[in-house]
Amino acid sequence: MSDPSGAKQRGLALELRQSGKAWLFVAPVLVALAVVIGYPVFEAIWMSFSKDSGIDPATGMFVEGGSAGFSNYTHWLLQQCGSLNGMVSCPTGTLGSQFWSAVGITLFFTVVMVSIEALLGLGMAMVMGKTFRGRALLRAAVLIPWAIPTAVTARLWEFMFQYDGVVNRVLGTHILWTSDMWASRFAVVAADVWKTTPFMALLILAGLQVIPADVYEAAKVDGATAWQRFVHITLPLLKPALLVAVLFRTMDTLRIYDLPAIMTLGNPSTNTLSILVVEQVRQGPNSAAALSVITFLLVFAIAFILVKVLGANAVRTQEDQRKAN
Amino acid sequence: MTKEPVAEPKTVPVQPVSWRKRIGTVRLYLGVAIVLVWGLGPFYWMAVVAFRDPAHTFDSTPWPTHVTLENFRNAFDTSRGNNFGRALLNSVIIGSATTAVALILGVLAAYALARMAFAGKYLISGLILSASMFPAVVLVTPLFQLFTDIGWIGQYQAMIIPNISFVLPMTVYILASFFAELPWELEEAARIDGASKFQAFRLIMLPLAAPAVFTTAILAFIASINEYLLARLLSGDDTKPVTVAIASFSGNDPLVQPYAAIMAAGVIVTVPLVIMVLIFQRRIISGLTAGGVKS
Repeated sequence: MSDPSGAKQRGLALELRQSGKAWLFVAPVLVALAVVIGYPVFEAIWMSFSKDSGIDPATGMFVEGGSAGFSNYTHWLLQQCGSLNGMVSCPTGTLGSQFWSAVGITLFFTVVMVSIEALLGLGMAMVMGKTFRGRALLRAAVLIPWAIPTAVTARLWEFMFQYDGVVNRVLGTHILWTSDMWASRFAVVAADVWKTTPFMALLILAGLQVIPADVYEAAKVDGATAWQRFVHITLPLLKPALLVAVLFRTMDTLRIYDLPAIMTLGNPSTNTLSILVVEQVRQGPNSAAALSVITFLLVFAIAFILVKVLGANAVRTQEDQRKAN
Repeated sequence: MTKEPVAEPKTVPVQPVSWRKRIGTVRLYLGVAIVLVWGLGPFYWMAVVAFRDPAHTFDSTPWPTHVTLENFRNAFDTSRGNNFGRALLNSVIIGSATTAVALILGVLAAYALARMAFAGKYLISGLILSASMFPAVVLVTPLFQLFTDIGWIGQYQAMIIPNISFVLPMTVYILASFFAELPWELEEAARIDGASKFQAFRLIMLPLAAPAVFTTAILAFIASINEYLLARLLSGDDTKPVTVAIASFSGNDPLVQPYAAIMAAGVIVTVPLVIMVLIFQRRIISGLTAGGVKS
């Protein structure tokens, strides 16, 4: 490395030559994503501004649709439903009236599930990070809940939460876990925590293992207690891994569908935004599209806030890390 | 200079184990036991009920009593409308096709993102990452409409194509972090010997990356098998994957859920996945964390 600036220039020339070829490598994926994501998203946005064809409540005549302006959005946000007397607030029990409760339930699930999973996952990672015989077996066992398809998990927990099921038997209770409002929410949370805490734990464990052991040794020599070492060394050094895990799980939970949809079929107290969209698709695809766009904006807004405020920099690539080291 | 340290004698005098240490060991094994029960408990319960006579489904004896294979027969009984064998086949078809397409497209892009410098690289990797965080509900409405119009509802491609939307970004991301870890020297040597970038990729990198590609395939397959939301709307009677079949399992009485048969079906789906997890545990973990934390 005699002449760094010369090397830099050669690097730049190489970069320009490579650029064309690299784009050729990346192009198939970009085209595929444009077809499978780009097209539906733009179509969804287009649909959300179109009227559903059907009976016009004002005239009682069948109409083909046309532009809807923001009415599909106000339908959800202001809970306005069309009727013979123009726009009125949606009657209770209809999907339109459930929007704000679905937002609340989705956010409730996200906050509760992700915080429980982060805490338990941290504990689980601490256990799995220790050295003992059969450690590999333990890690495999922990992967099992993660590998089982969510639909199967949902049925399994729905069964365990039956009135005559094992949960009521063990607790000696008579709780209607799948129909009572808070019990059913609790049941969904329990099933999700069971399924995804291991995933969280593995992400945290990976972060735990890059902390060099001599940092702990030094702290030990200085007389730090186990708790002090955990709070002042483990937690700060674990922060990046923990934040990425939390970000990933938050995105997943905001779009949660399978567990509540299967476990507590038709129970509005666990209806999340995704469930509402799927229920609406057959009733009115254009207002379903508007609801899905709202969901999408909510998910991205929360992702943005998490990345900006907490600094969970998930977009950093390997290259950055290599350069930084 | 200090004098040479004297070698420690190999036999350390036996010292009484301190209480602190003993409590530590007890706590560790208690933690291990809790984690084990966590992972295996509900799965074990599913297996116990699956092998138990359906009349005793709600028994709470923690081991199998009244053992029978009847539930497994019921799960496959087409006369009850549970064409579970077909559903298993459908899941394998959809999962394999999705995985194959995602790998073929993803390997090239991952290689470029990990190994080549080019303008717009960060934009593309950001784009691909945000694609993986995309809520699937956005796709549901337009695809349901489109596939209804062109008569694709109930056909395999109606599920394979949307599955690519979340499997492909994941594939690219995991593969890219694997590729970045491969040694650079071999590739550079090949380039100096006159190999083109594509030849270096095909002849040197791809064989080296085979284990990583295999790992990614497992993860992509599991993710694809897991899909339910889109399949629920886009599948037909003959193309239902296991997730949809198991969610809508029916018995003789439409008001009574045939839980014993459902648990048997659950065991059938789960056992191959559990075996896969046990065999490839190390690889699966490295793949999961490659896609997650290392970024």
